[in-house]
Amino acid sequence: MSVQILTANRLGDGAVVYRAKAGGWTERLGESLVLATPEDAAPVLAAAETPQASLEIVGPYLMPVDNSGGQIRPVETREFIRAQGPSVQFGNGHEVENTPLSLAG
Amino acid sequence: MYRYDEFDHTLVTERVHQFRDQVERRLSGELTEDQFKPLRLMNGLYLQLHAYMLRVAVPYGTLSSTQMRKLAYIARRYDKGYGHFTTRQNIQFNWPKLEETPDILAELAEVEMHAIQTSGNCIRNTTSDQFAGAAADEIEDPRVYCEIIRQWSTLHPEFTFLPRKFKIAVTGADHDRAAVRVHDIGLQMCRNEAGEVGFEVIVGGGLGRTPVIGQTIREFLPKQHLLSYLEAILRVYNQLGRRDNLYKARIKILVRSEGIENFKRLVEEEWSHIKDSALQLPEDEIARIETYFAPPRYECLDDTVREFEVKRFEDRDFASWVRTNVTAHKEPGYAVATISLKPTGKPPGDASAWQMDAIADLAESYSFSEIRVTHEQNLVLPNVKKADLYALWQSLRDVELATPNAGLLSDMIACPGLDYCNLANARSIPVAQRISERFSDLERQHDIGSLKIKISGCINACGHHHVGHIGLLGVDKKGEEFYQITLGGSADENTAIGKIVGPAFSYDDVVDAVEKIVDTYLNIRSEDEEFSDTFRRVGLTPFKETLYAAH
Ligand code: HEM
Ligand code: SF4
Repeated sequence: MSVQILTANRLGDGAVVYRAKAGGWTERLGESLVLATPEDAAPVLAAAETPQASLEIVGPYLMPVDNSGGQIRPVETREFIRAQGPSVQFGNGHEVENTPLSLAG
Repeated sequence: MYRYDEFDHTLVTERVHQFRDQVERRLSGELTEDQFKPLRLMNGLYLQLHAYMLRVAVPYGTLSSTQMRKLAYIARRYDKGYGHFTTRQNIQFNWPKLEETPDILAELAEVEMHAIQTSGNCIRNTTSDQFAGAAADEIEDPRVYCEIIRQWSTLHPEFTFLPRKFKIAVTGADHDRAAVRVHDIGLQMCRNEAGEVGFEVIVGGGLGRTPVIGQTIREFLPKQHLLSYLEAILRVYNQLGRRDNLYKARIKILVRSEGIENFKRLVEEEWSHIKDSALQLPEDEIARIETYFAPPRYECLDDTVREFEVKRFEDRDFASWVRTNVTAHKEPGYAVATISLKPTGKPPGDASAWQMDAIADLAESYSFSEIRVTHEQNLVLPNVKKADLYALWQSLRDVELATPNAGLLSDMIACPGLDYCNLANARSIPVAQRISERFSDLERQHDIGSLKIKISGCINACGHHHVGHIGLLGVDKKGEEFYQITLGGSADENTAIGKIVGPAFSYDDVVDAVEKIVDTYLNIRSEDEEFSDTFRRVGLTPFKETLYAAH
């Protein structure tokens, strides 16, 4: 069983967020609270499923990560893309506020 | 062009108010996500991987310059400066904020647009031929009937909770540009022996997990019975369609399990009760709707336009654009121009705000302010004077919208895939981009000829892969993106479902595989034979041999 972190989409704008080590939610994967065992994960997930939490986030779930070498990295392609944004330039590459990202790894 | 009536206006405005209230209640915690989700979906608002996504209906793909400018404004003000035109002739915004969505809907209502029935188990936006009203090969303008269907189906009390979503397409020409055989109901306008115009009714087509080609349930339906017959089909479906299994809920499954003969019997039985009811379409009602689609004031022109012909000789780039992107118009001296949203290496169907503004201006100058969205994710100016084509082409070039590739290999359909979509197995857009870069030599593409590649990121088939000449379907193999290839599909009047050629290819290898397929075709085609004809002649074997030879 690999380690996990808790992720969701932010209610206001749908942005990808992670449960932060410092409490609350963060957009930065590196600041996530790492949950080493299913026993650690269960109460954190349960807390994110309360009506109170739903004022901030939508659809919380646990995702596996690789934190070898002290760095947190997603395991699944889908989670790489959620973490980094679309892997493509969009809007024909004009007048848009994004920098295209390449998939790490 | 059609204008909303009072009823529509009131209804749309009320919905905006309602939704504003619902959003506020969600943000304050009064509504849970479970309560709110169906409400936002009813207003076209999805939650995707990175953000919300708003799907805006473009009824039968017709837009005015004013509406296009509004879409550009919304893209700039509320989104990241672009929009995505889809295979259902709609537009999607990929980054709206929840609290701003009611404002976006209010902006849309100002130009008689909305997002109602773009989601959920109801009758969705009725799609049509993008050349409707202009095409030389058309019997009648199908949008008149799309509009009649729109009015009948909008918030139809009996059909807001169908077993599953329901899609209708109408075409007025023999050459099917609306893919009517892969819709829940397809309507093909035709003439009977007496020369009267009516519809061939096709039912039970669809893509998705179980691709099915629709079957003809009625060879000829007189116009006045259109709504009663549709109502009869929907009633039978609403009663007998499966609600216990999401994957078996579409009408295609019902038609298959009943058999077309039995299904027809049930429909005709139901129809006999309502045929002469208030659903009959009187001549004057059809005539009233027809006035909305009255042709613009065409000038009386010669069909041969000297300066246009001269430019074709003088400028080879222009000639090559004309060859692929210009289609015959029914009015002498006019032409239909397709604006490709597939520049080499760019995401299929995306248009930036300034391009949308430019297109709105060009439509105003050259096409009676009218624009169409195609199900192949391009745009169309339907009414351009041949004498204006050169100037139009030059302006399109300035905004990078003059790629001469309509109908060629790089004119691909691709769904949002894993870059945006919550349901995806694999990415679609970057695969399309890599293919278009590999074949960036347009002369090579012209030599290859008509070839349709369609890509879906999962089995839901939003990218129509089943009916691509070459179809790519994203699959997940142990967490890796792979692509299953099908060959020989077709979405036109010779509709066919593609056949799987063999084991799937990895993300890295799939572009090479496509190139091998194309090379194989070039080697074995007889003169002037299009890809689909070659495939029909030779089948899968030669392609299998070259694709898997080294393995
Ligand atoms: C990005 C969010 C999207 C989601 C969540 C989504 C979801 C789905 C699902 C679940 C189906 C299968 C329905 C069924 O078989 O009953 C489907 C089918 C389809 N979608 Fe999408 N879709 C999305 C985007 C799009 C886009 C962008 C387009 C147009 C480019 C599109 C066009 C279609 C079409 C044409 C079908 C096939 C209809 C059929 O089965 O006959 N979808 N979609
Ligand atoms: S085909 Fe699948 S991946 Fe593509 S948009 Fe539809 S649901 Fe998403």
